[in-house]
Parts: sequence; C-alpha cells; structure tokens
Amino acid sequence: MHDLDQDVQASVLSVAVEGRDVEGSVTLGVTVNGRVRRLTIDPRTSLLDALRDHLGLTGAKKGCDHGQCGACTVHLDGRRVVSCLTMAVQANGRAVRTIEGLAGVDGGLHPMQQAFIDHDAMQCGYCTPGQIMAAVACVREGHAASASEIREYMSGNLCRCGAYVGIVAAVQDAAPRMRED
Amino acid sequence: MRPFTYTKPHTVAAAVRAVADGGSGTRFMAGGTTLYDLMKLNVEMPTTVVDLTGLRDLATFDTSGSQELMFGALAPMSDVAADPRLVRDYPALSESLWRAASQQLRNMATLGGNLLQRTRCAYFRGGEPYACNKRTPGSGCAAIGGLDRGHAVLGGSTSCIAVYPGDWSVALVAFDAQVDTLSPRGERTIPLESLHREPGDTPHIETTLAPDELIVRIRVPATPLGRASTYHKIRDRESYAFALASAAVALHMDGETVREARVALGGVATRPWRARSAERALVGRSLNAATARAAGDEAFVDARAGRDNGFKIELGARTVADALMIAKGRIRA
Repeated sequence: MHDLDQDVQASVLSVAVEGRDVEGSVTLGVTVNGRVRRLTIDPRTSLLDALRDHLGLTGAKKGCDHGQCGACTVHLDGRRVVSCLTMAVQANGRAVRTIEGLAGVDGGLHPMQQAFIDHDAMQCGYCTPGQIMAAVACVREGHAASASEIREYMSGNLCRCGAYVGIVAAVQDAAPRMRED
Repeated sequence: MRPFTYTKPHTVAAAVRAVADGGSGTRFMAGGTTLYDLMKLNVEMPTTVVDLTGLRDLATFDTSGSQELMFGALAPMSDVAADPRLVRDYPALSESLWRAASQQLRNMATLGGNLLQRTRCAYFRGGEPYACNKRTPGSGCAAIGGLDRGHAVLGGSTSCIAVYPGDWSVALVAFDAQVDTLSPRGERTIPLESLHREPGDTPHIETTLAPDELIVRIRVPATPLGRASTYHKIRDRESYAFALASAAVALHMDGETVREARVALGGVATRPWRARSAERALVGRSLNAATARAAGDEAFVDARAGRDNGFKIELGARTVADALMIAKGRIRA
C-alpha cells in the first residue's frame, strides 16, 4: 500500500503553461473484485467513473453523482461507500467490490441477489445494484435485525419506483441465508 | 471540476506543511463527502488537494477516559456512532452521528471533516444566476425573501441566512467540547463553541480556523449528564435528511428538579447554537410538559422568521420540549 502511495505521488504532474493548468495524471493500483487493476487517470476521476468508463464495470449506476441516491454503492475494503463521492485515487492500494463480483465463481447468484428476484424488489432496476451492495453490507454490519432497522440502515438508497416493501422483505429473507460470500 | 494537484502525505506535520506551502488554493481533504461534492459544483475550486486519509494516527478514538472522551479527527462517523460506551453513556453524541447522512456516507465521512461541513443552501450550491454572499462575496443573498423554507431563524444577518447543516457539532457544543488544531504556528485548543462564526458581513468566512490549520482531535469532558441525553432530529422524511429542527439535550436532575441542563439547537441557526437562556429557564424547576415547552419557547425568543421558515420557531420549540422529556426518561435511579 505504501509503495503504491509513493507511486501516486511520483506520478502526479501539474504544470502551469501560460496561465493555463495542464493537469497531469495519476497511476494507481486497485484490487477490483479480486483482481489487481492498474489505472492511469485524471486525479479528478471518481471511483464510479473509473469503474464504469475505465474498467467497463457498469453495474454501479450514476444516479445523482452527489451522494444522495446510493445507486453507485460499492464496497471499499469491505465497507459500503458511495463511489461517486470517492475519488478514484483514494481507492489506491485498496480492495473494491462491485455487483459484478458478488456472484460465486460458479456463477451462482448471491443469496441477496436471489432474494431480490424472489421478492420482486425492483421495477426499473436502475437502483438495484446499489441496493444489493448496500443490503449485503447492511446484513454484515448487523443492522438487519428488524424491518425498521433495515429501513433506517437502507435509507441511503433511493428507489423512485417505490419497491421498498419488496426490498425490505428481500433483505429480511436473505439475512439468515448469508454466510461467507 | 477544475484541475488540481493531488498529494497524500503520511504524517500530520507533512500535511500541515503541504497546505502552508501550497498557497491559498490548497485544501485539506478527509472523507471528501463535502469537498469533492462541492468541487463537482465548482463551489470549491482547490488547486491542490492534500488527502488526509493516510494519517492513521488521527483515525482512532477513546471513550474510556474518566476525565475526557477523545476523538481523532479522521475517525469515521459510522464507527464512532456504534461505540457501545458512547451509545450507553452519551446517547446524544451517538444519535447525532447515526441520524446524519446514510451508512455509506458515514463510512466515508470523518469527525473532523463533519465539523466543517458546508451549508446545504440551494443558492450556495447552485450558483449562477443566483446571488450568494458565501459563494461570491458581495453578490447578495437570494435566500433572503426567496425560497427560505430551510433557512435559519437564529443567527442570520442581512448578508446570509444559510443554516449550519451538521448534527455532531450541535451535540458537541452541548457538551462543552474542545477542538485541538495544528498549524505551522503550533498547536492550539479552541472551544467548539468558538469554532463556527455567525455570518455577519462576511458569510464566506465560516470558522475561526486559519486556512493552514488542521483539526487533529476533538475532546469532550466526561460528565454524568451524558446518560440522560438525546439528539432529537425532526426531518421532512424519517431518515437520511437534514434537520428542519433538532435539539441536543442533556440533564442532571434531583428527583423532579433540574439541577443542570444543556440545550443546543440544529437546523434552525447559522452555526451550532447553544441555547443558554433555555438552560437557565430549567434550572431549579420541576421538569414537566409545561416547563419543557417554556424552555423551548425561551430558546427561540430572538428568532426571526423570513418568508417560509416561520414554522421552524414553533417546530423548534416543540423539538426542544420533546427532547427534554426523552432525556428525562433516560435518567436512571
């Protein structure tokens, strides 16, 4: 991790040319769904844009791009974050898990994914990857003991189709079936 | 978003030096949930960002001390909110954290950064064509006489009525917290109550910190008042929203009689607002629905309503009254 940090610092370039800023790029290494990926990007890039536009992982969605809707939720070192307000450089040397990395190696669905299907916990599906990543974390944190606790700790994920009843049922259903995933 | 240089120091001293050496466009960044958000809106346009997340020494906290609680500035909101001792002995502090934002944001946001969260005033965030003295000093205030339903009724000026949006600071100010800082000129300690400024004629200057001054820790004197405390937060929706009105309350009682009370207000003022007149109104009195409501009214004696935010005066008084009764219910014999 420390070496990667130094890599980042060494590769930062910012040169003023005739009063105009020419931004440099940063090189970083991020473990995404178990695989080390190296990226050379503009330091302004969000983790969400890095995942979607640079790594082709379009599961995490851009809803508001301001941390208000939760559609971009991913796990960073095992904790849920909104990837739109995480600078990609801040993920350097860390582990990111997205919806694409949730299913088992045999392609079998994660219990939370299956529960969302079983309980019809979506309509348009745009918020669903973020909902599922938040829900997996919600259970792991121990915040899924009751419907009211699930509602409180899932409140960062908006569903404008209004599938909340199904979402809460899915989380309650999947929680006891989640082991190591 | 404007281009910037990114740097990630590994010591607190190096971080402070990087900001001091970097010039006026250099900013500290912790969790980034405010700064990076405002950079996307071109409200914040730093030329250099000094990433603090490598400073592990500042990410710890200790609630076991008999004299004081210590919170490193980079401790995540989520971890501190869930601390069992805080939940048991200082519920107002825990509640002020878990009733803020979402779990995703609380995993990212830090205690020090949270103190410096900037207002959610839509005119401030939205920018042109609307005037905002906080965003562009001297341009005017579109909120005064405008869509001011969410704005302050306490501490406003003719230049700005933007609400201070945080919850944690409101709870901290009720507990006489102090903030330790480091700058190239050395360390100093500021009472939290002196950290935030009222807008006056300079709403763009929000704190008493120097630009190169870093909050390194927050300290709260240990007090038995913590147990009978609450952070009561009233919102447009039940969760994941900013306060319309909130009250941090803590009590020390002798039977039915209030010996000491702490009352602070959020969502209604331009800074974390300690309501000492409400506290004085309670001391020596029996605490019941009528005296709680009277204390709530006392807290808003100086309030000034704008066009659409007058409801906050009644709502705020009721919030204080309800918070007092919740805190009273937590007193154990």
